[in-house]
Amino acid sequence: MQQDILLKVTDLHAAIDGREILKGIDLEIHPGEVHAIMGPNGSGKSTLSGVLAGDPRYTVTAGSATFHGVDLLALAPENRSHEGLFLSFQYPVEIPGVSMVNFMRAAVNAKREYLGEPPLSASDFLKLMRNKRAVVELDNKLASRSVNEGFSGGEKKRNEIFQMAMLEPRLSILDETDSGLDIDALRIVASGVNKLKTQHNATIVITHYQRLLDYIRPDFVHILYKGRIVHSGGPELALELEEKGYDWIKQQVDNDEQQQ
Amino acid sequence: MMNSSNNALQQYLELHDAHREAIDAHSAAPMRALRSRARLRLEPPARLPRKADEGYARTDIDAIFAPDFGINIMRVPAPVDIAASLRCDIPNISTLMAVVAGDEFRPTDTLVRNMPAGVTLTSFSEAEKTMPGLVAGYLGRLADADEGADTATLLNSLLAQDGVLLHVSAGTVCTKPLQLVNIFNAGIPTLAARRVLIVLEPGASASLLVCDHTQSRGIACLASEVTEIFLGNGARLDYCHLEESNPDTSRVASLHASVGADATLDINGSTLSGGRTRNSYTVHLDHPGAQARIAGMAIASGTQHTDNNTFIHHHAPHCTSSQLFKYILDGSASGAFRGLIRVDQDAAFTEAYQTNRNLLASEQATMHTEPQLEIYCDEVKCGHGATTGQLDQAAMFYMRSRGIPQAQARMMLMQAFMADVVDTIAIPSLRDRLRMLVERRLNGQQTACGDCAAACAPAPSTQP
Ligand SMILES: Nc1ncnc2c1ncn2[C@@H]1O[C@H](COP(=O)(O)OP(=O)(O)OP(=O)(O)O)[C@@H](O)[C@H]1O
Ligand SMILES: [Mg+2]
Repeated sequence: MQQDILLKVTDLHAAIDGREILKGIDLEIHPGEVHAIMGPNGSGKSTLSGVLAGDPRYTVTAGSATFHGVDLLALAPENRSHEGLFLSFQYPVEIPGVSMVNFMRAAVNAKREYLGEPPLSASDFLKLMRNKRAVVELDNKLASRSVNEGFSGGEKKRNEIFQMAMLEPRLSILDETDSGLDIDALRIVASGVNKLKTQHNATIVITHYQRLLDYIRPDFVHILYKGRIVHSGGPELALELEEKGYDWIKQQVDNDEQQQ
Repeated sequence: MMNSSNNALQQYLELHDAHREAIDAHSAAPMRALRSRARLRLEPPARLPRKADEGYARTDIDAIFAPDFGINIMRVPAPVDIAASLRCDIPNISTLMAVVAGDEFRPTDTLVRNMPAGVTLTSFSEAEKTMPGLVAGYLGRLADADEGADTATLLNSLLAQDGVLLHVSAGTVCTKPLQLVNIFNAGIPTLAARRVLIVLEPGASASLLVCDHTQSRGIACLASEVTEIFLGNGARLDYCHLEESNPDTSRVASLHASVGADATLDINGSTLSGGRTRNSYTVHLDHPGAQARIAGMAIASGTQHTDNNTFIHHHAPHCTSSQLFKYILDGSASGAFRGLIRVDQDAAFTEAYQTNRNLLASEQATMHTEPQLEIYCDEVKCGHGATTGQLDQAAMFYMRSRGIPQAQARMMLMQAFMADVVDTIAIPSLRDRLRMLVERRLNGQQTACGDCAAACAPAPSTQP
């Protein structure tokens, strides 16, 4: 059923600075699903995230992406967010001089305006902040500082999931959210993600390690290599990769390339 | 006035020579003495600085003075709406306010009633009656003294007929901020020669906010302003200047300060709207322990031009100075900053820093920056840095990815960029006010001051 498709990516090509990175991505995601995307360094995982979120550095050269029936690629990044897309950055950006509170208030109220709702009152907003901070046990001290400024690597990742909790997206892309997290933080952040999970939303988890997938159980695992999804399977594929590495996949793809 | 000789100065000399008697007759006595000396020094080959003269890389002072401006020699009161401008009063704090309408000092009733003992804020002519000789003892000692005093300053000495004196007696701490509101409301193109003298005796302290507004619209106005500041030992002055006029109003200002032993001068000069602006700051750290902090910002759009020029002269040991200037330039706006730190041979243990950072928000905007250090002493810590760049695109995308619309994200980043300049203001109420004004300016809300009804002409919507 068409309505059941949350995200449909078809033959997506994208380039940065004239260099093609994505070379034909196909991906279909339904509500309630968790998809893991794995793949060697430099294969294009963050590029795919950035292209879907609307990072203006990338140029889409071919293909399409439909998000619950909306032409995603035609939307400005802020409207993609309002429509329910969220990207947890691999490298969250520091914004000195912009407080977390002002940043979050602007984000939440912009979405409400987009949906035709009145802005939150100051007290309702602070209550919301408090509740959502609890989801990932984010320190109040961090929430009162400038956005990511001076945050440790792990604190930044925790802050990403806090923002996800605030914005209640339909589709979250978690780009290596596990990197930089200590063992306890990984558990807290992963359980935060699980708490936010419903049958209506979906998650793309980009990771290099099975460890995260022990907490956030994927329904599908895809391998991205040289800008294409070269292999897809169930959760067992991640275990196989953990054991064997990427060489067998690389060889297979590289042989196919040579034969062409 | 005809501009016959292709030299803007000439028309003012002709005006002066033709009307000298009338000018003198309507002048405060100390200005008359200054005028005679200035006239002698304005003989040819004197001329106003032009673009590409040293220190004027981007600013043509001659061109700014060239239009056929009228000067209110007979001192006919300008039709300024004082009641409206009273609303410039700062929220949450009552300032002691006076208005300068054109170039005429007008105290408010509250100022007169509430002036603390030991504090005088009045015109030169009034001061002659109550503190005879005081103004004459200081006037021109800094601004006109230099052999190289610039021609625009001498021209101010030639044309200014009265001025504003702020005097704080020894040991007096004036806790209420004082405020001077400069207002143009001109029916014809007008030049106002404004003169300010600030004398803080040893141990005195005060804060002064000076605001520039223009109530008329579409009429060229030019403010020529010369400010001299004398800080006695241990004195402290917080001086804030806020320019919120309109594209038809230009400003050529110079501030000259002498800072005594262990005295502190804090300056914050902000240009939020205007036409062409030239501010020059000359600060002499004359005695050990003197300290100067100068911060400035310009938020410019349209064809606005803002030029800040500093000269911090360390004469004595153990003095510190810091400078922080930031610009946000949009549209076809242009900016210039030239900062010179000079450390004399005797000024050991100097600490002097200078920072200039600029954001170009459009492809047409341009910035010229010229940091300079002249150090004749070994025992110093000095540093300077200048950067010009665009808004951080990574931060921009991060904010948009969270749903913050592009225009708002831009605004928030620009506001964040100016945060440290705003934070240099020591008085919390002034700091909050500037923060709010910066926000409004970046939002494109151009009403000069909050809910001010003075209708200080807003610039045509030129939102960065
Ligand atoms: N500005 C650029 N110009 C040219 N190539 C670029 C540019 N930015 C990124 N790339 C290249 O794009 C490719 C894909 O990068 P991407 O960040 O998407 O990889 P990734 O799969 O997320 O890797 P990792 O696992 O290391 O995070 C890399 O080869 C990278 O070098
Ligand atoms: Mg990556």
